[in-house]
Amino acid sequence: MSAALGEIRISVQNLVKRFGEFTAVNDVSFEARSGEIIGFLGPNGAGKSTVMRILCGLLRPSGGQAWVAGFDVARDPEKVRENIGYMSQKFSLYGDLSVMENLHFFGGIYGVTGARLAQRVQFAVQMAGLEGRETALVSTLSGGWKQRLALGCAVLHEPSILFLDEPTSGVDPASRRKFWELIYQLAAGGVCVIITTHYMDEAEYCNRIALINQGRMVALGSPSELKRRAIHGTIVQVDCDNNGLMLAALEQMPAVREVAPFGAALHMILEDPARDLPVIEAALNARNLRWRGVETIRPTLEDVFVALVSAPPVRDTAA
Amino acid sequence: MKLQRLKAIAKKELIQVWRDPRSLMIVLLMPLMQMALLGYGVSLDIQHVPVCTYDRNGSPQSQDLLKLFEASPYFKIVRDASSYHEVSQALDRGDCKIAIVVPPDFSQHLDTAQATPVQALLDATDDNTASIAMGYAQAVIQTFSAHVQLLRQQATGQPPLKVATQAQSRVWFNEDLESRNFVIPGIVAMVLALVGAQLTSLTLSREWERGTMEVLISTPVTRFELMLGKIAPYFLIGMLDAALCLSIAVFWFQAPFNGAVTTLILTTALFLLVVLGLGYLISAGIRSQVGASQVALLVTMLPTTLLSGFTFPIDQMPAPIRAITFLVHSRYYVTILKSIFLKGSSLLQLGLPILMLVIYAAIIGILATRAFRKTLD
Repeated sequence: MSAALGEIRISVQNLVKRFGEFTAVNDVSFEARSGEIIGFLGPNGAGKSTVMRILCGLLRPSGGQAWVAGFDVARDPEKVRENIGYMSQKFSLYGDLSVMENLHFFGGIYGVTGARLAQRVQFAVQMAGLEGRETALVSTLSGGWKQRLALGCAVLHEPSILFLDEPTSGVDPASRRKFWELIYQLAAGGVCVIITTHYMDEAEYCNRIALINQGRMVALGSPSELKRRAIHGTIVQVDCDNNGLMLAALEQMPAVREVAPFGAALHMILEDPARDLPVIEAALNARNLRWRGVETIRPTLEDVFVALVSAPPVRDTAA
Repeated sequence: MKLQRLKAIAKKELIQVWRDPRSLMIVLLMPLMQMALLGYGVSLDIQHVPVCTYDRNGSPQSQDLLKLFEASPYFKIVRDASSYHEVSQALDRGDCKIAIVVPPDFSQHLDTAQATPVQALLDATDDNTASIAMGYAQAVIQTFSAHVQLLRQQATGQPPLKVATQAQSRVWFNEDLESRNFVIPGIVAMVLALVGAQLTSLTLSREWERGTMEVLISTPVTRFELMLGKIAPYFLIGMLDAALCLSIAVFWFQAPFNGAVTTLILTTALFLLVVLGLGYLISAGIRSQVGASQVALLVTMLPTTLLSGFTFPIDQMPAPIRAITFLVHSRYYVTILKSIFLKGSSLLQLGLPILMLVIYAAIIGILATRAFRKTLD
């Protein structure tokens, strides 16, 4: 954690990864700095994990370049590995080993010894909230504990860069919140954190978000920045009885710039609600359709995502 | 290479074996069971061959002959037939392997000092057993004729005939010519080859299957450290298994041991390295535990049974097959074990097979390190 705050720790240029005919990562570029939390947001199979695995030296890039902690991931993967901590999507600890045995194993692998090992192990046990359960087999722990212990193992050697691949999937909301507190602590200490998720609400916690769809980075910026840039107009939530018919009708109206289902309701984007809403309502009445209520709302990242998935990729302009 | 990383992996592996019932079974039960099964099952000596007798003569002389068969440890009379039909039935059903038929004029011929034939009918579906049984039967009948000859000479008052020359043979190294004495060391080699490869064949595939490999390869551990760290604990376990099997061979099956214990330990350690390395190599190539274990079984079992010289003598194989045996690791260890057990050979005398095993270990080591890649591609 010696890196000064704001120092560039990861630099990616035109990264490409192909598996046969399939292009999993297509021309991705960005930079990440120490103390920053960057979230990779996108649907399953978008290429988030593939980017992360390339940055960990687990997959060789097919094109482009990537430097992690100043080392080229394709040429110097071992140097990269000394500087990173990685939590894979699958649960990655040894279930048939106890909490302590897992921690000591990773300590040994990362070359943490003596007093420092004792201090780091104690830190990890505390962080995971596993005091008193040090001798329990990891397979007997519940999801939240396992996940915090996995984080503890990944940061045992105090890496300056941390990769977390969907760390919170399958974990209860209270545990997720605790987990994010830990991530904030690490980032405050100067760690550069890259995290993938498909929880939109979770992405709001990140300093910057990289929206990834079909292997491309569609947008990169802070959550508020993305909302400002991607949404031109105001989002109006429509509650009605028949979403299907309503969606079809709204799609045809010139005043409606964009409309999409959102949970149990519809979200539409209007340039000026005060002017457009009466016109739309009249047009709906003519078709014998009516809404139960309309409400102007602040855009969420999901709105941003819907607005951007069809748009061309945006280069990193935030740094 | 960092010793600390190697130790971390070895320790973890040892804990995992200890807590995994399947691995424990391979470690403890497999060698015991195989030693017992093969030790009792594989014997090239033939004893208690079932015999059917058909005495068409029914004289005291014919009964004397058949009593000799009864007294022989090689035969066991299971049936006394009263017709040819019954004899052929017994052979057809497999009740007996050999039938001895005494002709009706047996005693008359003997009384008039004529040569008399005795018929032996053999089931040669297993030609090896049949020819050995035939040999034993001839020996029994020879004993009987010698006895008859002696009686005749005594009756006529002649001195016994002197044989002009006689070959006095003495068999070295396995004085009793007991096949068990050379089969048992071969069995030890086979058990170690099987168990050793099984043990390490699971170690990498287990990490792949449980999803722990992805994180393991994201750490700075090197391929060489990983290999040594994973083989080291199984080496200790393998040496314990070897001690167990060799003790069973010597103390239970009473295989004669004429060599030096240090020679045995050193050569066994070398063979174990080869076998464990081979299992690791298989594990590097196959990511499922079941698949890896089956390939390990196939790769060790067949060549060791057929081509190591354990059951079939290598000298009697056709040249192309003999050439293939040079690729079979257990061939060298079988040679070494037999030599140590029966001849008491020293390390120096075993120089050639030891050298071959060293070369084997080096090649496997290089291949195994290279076969594993720290990537998901």
